[in-house]
Amino acid sequence: MKKVKIKIDDRELEVDENLTVMQAAKLIGINIPKLCYHPLLSIEGGCRVCIVAIKGFDYFLTSCSTKVEDKMEILTNSVEIREARRDIIELILDNHPKECQLCERDGNCELQNLAYTLGVRERLFEGKRKKPEIDNSSCAVVRNPEKCILCQRCIRVCKEVQGVNNLSQHHRGFNTVVMPFDGDKMDDSVCIQCGQCINACPTAAFLEKKHTDQVWKAIADPKKIVIAQTAPSIRATIGESFGYEPGEVCTGKMISSIRKLGFDFVFDTNFGADMTIVEESHELLQRLKENKLLPLITSCSSGWINFMEKFYPELIPYASTCKSPMGMVSILTKTYFAKKMNIDPKDIFMVCIMPCVAKKFEIQRPEHIFEGLPISDAVLTTRELSWMIQSYGIDFKVQDEGEFDSPLGFSSGSGDIFGATGGVMEAALRTTIENITGKKLDKIEFTEVRAIEGLKEASIQVGDLKLNIAVANGLNNAKEILDNIQNKKKVYHLVEIMACPGGCIGGGGQPYPPKGYEILDRNLLKKRTSALYKIDKEKKYRVSKDNPAIIKLYEDFLTEPGSDIAHKLLHTYYHPKLPRGVK
Amino acid sequence: MISPKDEIIAKARNEFSEDILRYIDECNKSKWPKSFLIAVLQKIQQKYGYLSREKMQAVSYLMDIPSAKVSGVASFYHYFNLKQSGSVVISICMGTACFVKGAEKVKRKFEEELKIRVGETTKDGKFSLFETRCLGMCAMAPVVKIGEECFSKVTPDMVKDLLKKFT
Repeated sequence: MKKVKIKIDDRELEVDENLTVMQAAKLIGINIPKLCYHPLLSIEGGCRVCIVAIKGFDYFLTSCSTKVEDKMEILTNSVEIREARRDIIELILDNHPKECQLCERDGNCELQNLAYTLGVRERLFEGKRKKPEIDNSSCAVVRNPEKCILCQRCIRVCKEVQGVNNLSQHHRGFNTVVMPFDGDKMDDSVCIQCGQCINACPTAAFLEKKHTDQVWKAIADPKKIVIAQTAPSIRATIGESFGYEPGEVCTGKMISSIRKLGFDFVFDTNFGADMTIVEESHELLQRLKENKLLPLITSCSSGWINFMEKFYPELIPYASTCKSPMGMVSILTKTYFAKKMNIDPKDIFMVCIMPCVAKKFEIQRPEHIFEGLPISDAVLTTRELSWMIQSYGIDFKVQDEGEFDSPLGFSSGSGDIFGATGGVMEAALRTTIENITGKKLDKIEFTEVRAIEGLKEASIQVGDLKLNIAVANGLNNAKEILDNIQNKKKVYHLVEIMACPGGCIGGGGQPYPPKGYEILDRNLLKKRTSALYKIDKEKKYRVSKDNPAIIKLYEDFLTEPGSDIAHKLLHTYYHPKLPRGVK
Repeated sequence: MISPKDEIIAKARNEFSEDILRYIDECNKSKWPKSFLIAVLQKIQQKYGYLSREKMQAVSYLMDIPSAKVSGVASFYHYFNLKQSGSVVISICMGTACFVKGAEKVKRKFEEELKIRVGETTKDGKFSLFETRCLGMCAMAPVVKIGEECFSKVTPDMVKDLLKKFT
């Protein structure tokens, strides 16, 4: 790489010529304020907050979009620059509601933080205000354009990371608004409810649909038996909301906190993950035997399922018919557990604590109504659960190391790694290969499918069979594999797709990144992932089919994998949905 | 079995006449097909007078451009009409001379009589009301163009009679 000599604030340095001024400034420890810029998204240069002075120009330039040049002299701070940045934020605030105390993102809002650090202490501009309507139509993602500052991060994440392209700027000037096609409601749009727009938004223009009120109500109702299940990734991320470093495992404290909130039982979605693997592995062996409908595509990620129904309906027959692990735990709670404990399933209120916004959509699918009852009653995101714990006044850090309730709380290490990209694949390989060979695996870890990269392919030799596998996270990455399947360009046997970057640990319902991290931050995702692999390593059982609770469940209730009752309870089906998206 | 994709493309093609389809197919064969979005939208507006949501959605499918992008572009440019205009289009000149001579008052009277704002169309689909830039008839200000006819020295009192002429 060619180097160029530049000067930043009296400091001379030599840097790579492909750096932007903002990146070069970071090298010498100057963080230029930014709003619309995100290192992993394309450059917008729209908010103007990151302006700097460059010698030879009589106006300020945006440091995010200006490349360094030889002999460039840059000034990142001066009275004028600071005033201009502050004015820019003030002007943005002029069209923003002044109700921070009422906002979900109070204390966690990039706009609020910037206004503070840039020294906005009074509001000098009082102009006309836009008052667009809140779009509450979706059962997962709420769009509030009144809080939108037009930074376009949601548009870019939807397009560049998820490949959904649901959002675009409409109209112009003062009337500009970010919305789906022709101003459609989110519910009628190609939105797949992954919630990455919520993560990407610096304010609260996108939020998850709140389920906390109905959960408080159920807890207060003495007739209700309120049961929680926690997804694999929650234990690896919830600590961040309570001051722990990313990657700190907080399983015990999480369980105790949930109990303190008033839940009667706490189950583990990991149990459902093990269950999924046993059923899915059976399904895969069946398809391998008949050599049809290959590859088997995993179906745990609700965002991916929504994407498939709208963008790749032709691939629906290839998706595993297994319900998501969440769906499995919910249905088993309302059937197996209810029967065992002699509880009327009508009295059970099932709360699923998920890293995911799309799960809020999943629970209201008509296929997930069983004998007139919804199999899950509410979905809380990690953020919502953290808020409930804080709101109750529970001191998370001093809680005991609680344990999951049995029988739907016991899991193998395979269940834990479901929360990371490649985890479902690794779990499936462990069980499937042992099922094929009938022998214990010498090497239980499949490191070739680990790593945070968006796309991984590998071939694994099992006896005479060469298993071609592919793993994708972030739907824009998945398109390559999906197109290969659709055009029959490549032969795969098993494909894992997770909608969100990094898998569930990067889900749309996870805590907003702690100080020093960004959303989609590879380092953050890696730390969260390593927590899950650490739990897996310490588990007594690491292969789903060895989980004694699962074995007992088949003996007592489900007879065998793929049995009629297993199909009735644990499997589901999908349909093409409109509007069809353009890939 | 006909796959959903074919169905959707067939439906999209049904939205347009042969000449428009031929133009879209031609654009799709070019080196940068997506850069022809505006040109295609212009052709459609020329032909049909406005861009309906069905037609925008159809363009999205036929050109493989996300629908939000199509409606985003269409709504950005003033040139594109997203709503069907009434059968009689009323344009009130807002050029400097007309404005000084009281076009604003005339405009308000039209809005009052038709019970719509500028840019809207009456419920029965009869009248659409627009502002326009200088029509070049400054000596006769204020000027209002109704259909293909121009009326000069219009005062608010004249509005009722003018409308009667076209109902």
